[in-house]
Amino acid sequence: MDFKLNGQTVSFDGDGEMPLLWFLRDLQGMTGTKFGCGAGLCGACTVHVDGMAARSCQTFMEDVEGMEVTTIEGLASGDTLHALQVAWAENDVPQCGYCQAGQIMQAASLLSENPSPSDQEIEEAMYGNICRCGTYQRIKKAIRDVADGKVKGGAL
Amino acid sequence: MSFDLQNVSRRGALKTLGVASGLVIAAPIVAKGVRAEAMGTAGKLVSTAYLTIAENGDAHIFIHRVEMGQGSRTGLPQVVADELEADWGRLVFEPAFGDRKFGDQNTDGSTSIRRFYDAFRHAGAAARQMLEQAAASHWGVAPSDVEAKNHRIHNKVTGASEDFAAFVKAASKLEVPAADDVKLKSRPQWRYIGKPVRNIYMKDIITGSSQFGQDVRKEGMLFAVAARPPVVGGTLKSYDKEAAMAVQGVVDVVELPALTLPAIFKPLGGVAVLATNTWSAMKGREALNAQFEGGENADYDTSEYEKTLWASIEGKDTTHLKRGDAGAVIAASDDILSADYFVPHQHHMTMEPPAATAVWEGENLKMWVCCQDPQAVQNSVAPFVGKQPPEIYVEATLLGGAFGRKSKPDFAVEAALLARHAGKPVKMVWTREDDVHHGYFHTVSALRVTAAMDGGKVTAWKQKAAYPSIGGTFNPAANGPGSFELGLGLLDLPFSVENLQVDGGDAKAHARIGWLRSVANIQQVFATGSFVDELAHKAGKNTVDMWMDMIGEDRLINPTDDMPDLIPGDEGKSTYGNYGESLERHPFDTARLKAVLRKVADMAGYGRDMPEGKGMGVCVHRSFSSYVACAIEVEVADGGALKIPRAWMAVDCGVAVNPDRVKSQMEGAVVFALSHALHGEISFEKGAVVQSNFDGYPVCRIDEAPHVETAIIASDRVPGGVGEPGVPPVAPALVNAIFAATGKRIRRLPVRDQLMA
Repeated sequence: MDFKLNGQTVSFDGDGEMPLLWFLRDLQGMTGTKFGCGAGLCGACTVHVDGMAARSCQTFMEDVEGMEVTTIEGLASGDTLHALQVAWAENDVPQCGYCQAGQIMQAASLLSENPSPSDQEIEEAMYGNICRCGTYQRIKKAIRDVADGKVKGGAL
Repeated sequence: MSFDLQNVSRRGALKTLGVASGLVIAAPIVAKGVRAEAMGTAGKLVSTAYLTIAENGDAHIFIHRVEMGQGSRTGLPQVVADELEADWGRLVFEPAFGDRKFGDQNTDGSTSIRRFYDAFRHAGAAARQMLEQAAASHWGVAPSDVEAKNHRIHNKVTGASEDFAAFVKAASKLEVPAADDVKLKSRPQWRYIGKPVRNIYMKDIITGSSQFGQDVRKEGMLFAVAARPPVVGGTLKSYDKEAAMAVQGVVDVVELPALTLPAIFKPLGGVAVLATNTWSAMKGREALNAQFEGGENADYDTSEYEKTLWASIEGKDTTHLKRGDAGAVIAASDDILSADYFVPHQHHMTMEPPAATAVWEGENLKMWVCCQDPQAVQNSVAPFVGKQPPEIYVEATLLGGAFGRKSKPDFAVEAALLARHAGKPVKMVWTREDDVHHGYFHTVSALRVTAAMDGGKVTAWKQKAAYPSIGGTFNPAANGPGSFELGLGLLDLPFSVENLQVDGGDAKAHARIGWLRSVANIQQVFATGSFVDELAHKAGKNTVDMWMDMIGEDRLINPTDDMPDLIPGDEGKSTYGNYGESLERHPFDTARLKAVLRKVADMAGYGRDMPEGKGMGVCVHRSFSSYVACAIEVEVADGGALKIPRAWMAVDCGVAVNPDRVKSQMEGAVVFALSHALHGEISFEKGAVVQSNFDGYPVCRIDEAPHVETAIIASDRVPGGVGEPGVPPVAPALVNAIFAATGKRIRRLPVRDQLMA
């Protein structure tokens, strides 16, 4: 079966029950998508499937046939970072950084659906993404900055 | 090359930690008379193990400490770059590989800036001075006529200036100035220290290219997942190798050596599945249907064990600190208060589960591990593979959180053994369930505090703690808290109370007990900070005033003044560790403690009127040589639903090298401590951990995280710790706020559903 991964067509002929997470990390060597719980409980493995946030540990290869998958590696357009990536840097959001790819992908999905979320809507959208370093207030601020148009995409 | 290795602390108490050893080596400082060229490749300028200036002038910084989010790998470069007068863009960050030449690399105890601030300043300043000296000779002017600035040396006489590169070769032939001859910059001259420099890994993190232990890839690598005995010390009984081998992608099934207690950092045993990808290895493990025998800890049941702890609280006292006679004063008083507190096992729950990759090239072993101490990996792996520790190359990757878990490299030993067996590189992957089932847990504690008052003034304070010691992981004889644990909040109770006593009670460990961010401060400050609030309520005072009264006059505290001479079973005498520091360099200063409490009370508007169902709690504590006060505001709805809208932190950590990171560590400490206080509990049945993942062991999500406002007290004092000191005052501030809002006193963590109607 074929699908698109960050704009490129890729083929897969293995077990359709393999979670997308392990295809990305182990078979493609794309380790930006993180393994946190393997059970859809933490959000560290969040990617976009046809533009919607999805937990790649709970998304099976047979489910992505013909679809477009975007990972953190494909979020920027070349050297032009997504506005959220810039906002993450400007607010010094990450501490250890492990969950942040998933956080950014989740937030990007939120803003593409709802460019002006309320604080409540931000909390609801980000509820599934755990950060053990406790960077939540900076995550909220970074999303707010983009939603309010204070931060644009570009180079760091 | 020769180093002057300064033995800053050889504390008897540390010996009970076994592997953590009794020697704490401070940063290596170059001895007098060493020529730079003797330390490295000719033509490069090596000022100490931490800094080498290449011929092109780039400054290579060997950040020997690891990065787990606490910010040391940005903070330490700030320190060295500042003294070097470096251009931030000309820094090259070298990987953190294990090597004794760097001194202590164990990145725990909030020590990186505290212990290496001087050494990194020295490294930068020595190199700057040598470059200036070389330039002065070249231009034929006095050293005072040249000045380094932003990676160039300026000639103040002629106005000429040259890049550092022009003088590296000449400077490398000079003697490295010894500690006494190095001129450090003054505070107004600082360009990076005290400034909010951005995380050096920022771009990698936000684009997904940062490399954590789980992300390591090597050519031809296999992926390993293991089934381990659920009970510590249990053994493998049976497994179905054929069924596992039948899973597509599975390459081999390999038994791991059984654990012989004490556990130390040894692997737990069991059986591993090697496969061409992690998912196949996980499926292979399921197919194994591995069965285990229990062993000596198979009866461990935490609900039963709690009774044992309370019996110990009622039982014999081992007195570690005694001033006056608290027991007699309490017995004679008609105004006493006593309360019992309980804190269950807690778990690190790092976002990144442990992982290690091993590559054998012939007889040479190389490893990439998300470890807190690459030297501990060397030491732990070496006996299992018949090598000397320095023969093993160990690189610390970035750590996706650590909190103490990744200072125990049991998982690295597994990787080394499996890679040797396979004849191929192997990445040992721990799943989330492996992480929860096989942790080094925070201990389980029962605490009792009793005090006598006279006219609202506390006249006696007696506190007892019973919990299994971390020492039990290394030494089966350990029985109850050691003085190295009581020293985290109890031996250094900051009270001027005339009669004061701290006792320990017996408690044997039946699981691997390890250190978790802020360690024994967690339960000890929970009890202390709650009880001060309870006393304040009884005395009809506000809690800030109660703290101020009990702390008393501005003074330096020396707990050893009140240590009894003979403590059976604790090496003859109780000792106060002061977080591995001397009391001369890092005194316990009650003025600083009171100042942060006053500051937080101001910020939070402590004492203001609050509507029904709202309340504020406070607590203050010194740990890891820093002082932190916390205030928390809560709202409790009629049905018991709890909201925590805001928290305030005031911190005095001496010089704050990176103020923004100090703030983020305080923000993170609030969320970390709230996670455990609200939800955290690991329980055991039949010797095995009951919980498995984030459903059974919930942590704070974004809706539970308060907005945290942090104030940093301006200070010129030597830096204290930052990663851990934010944690201890948070849980007591929370339960005190809940009491203020509802009148309900929570004495048992986690809060969980205790407020529900």
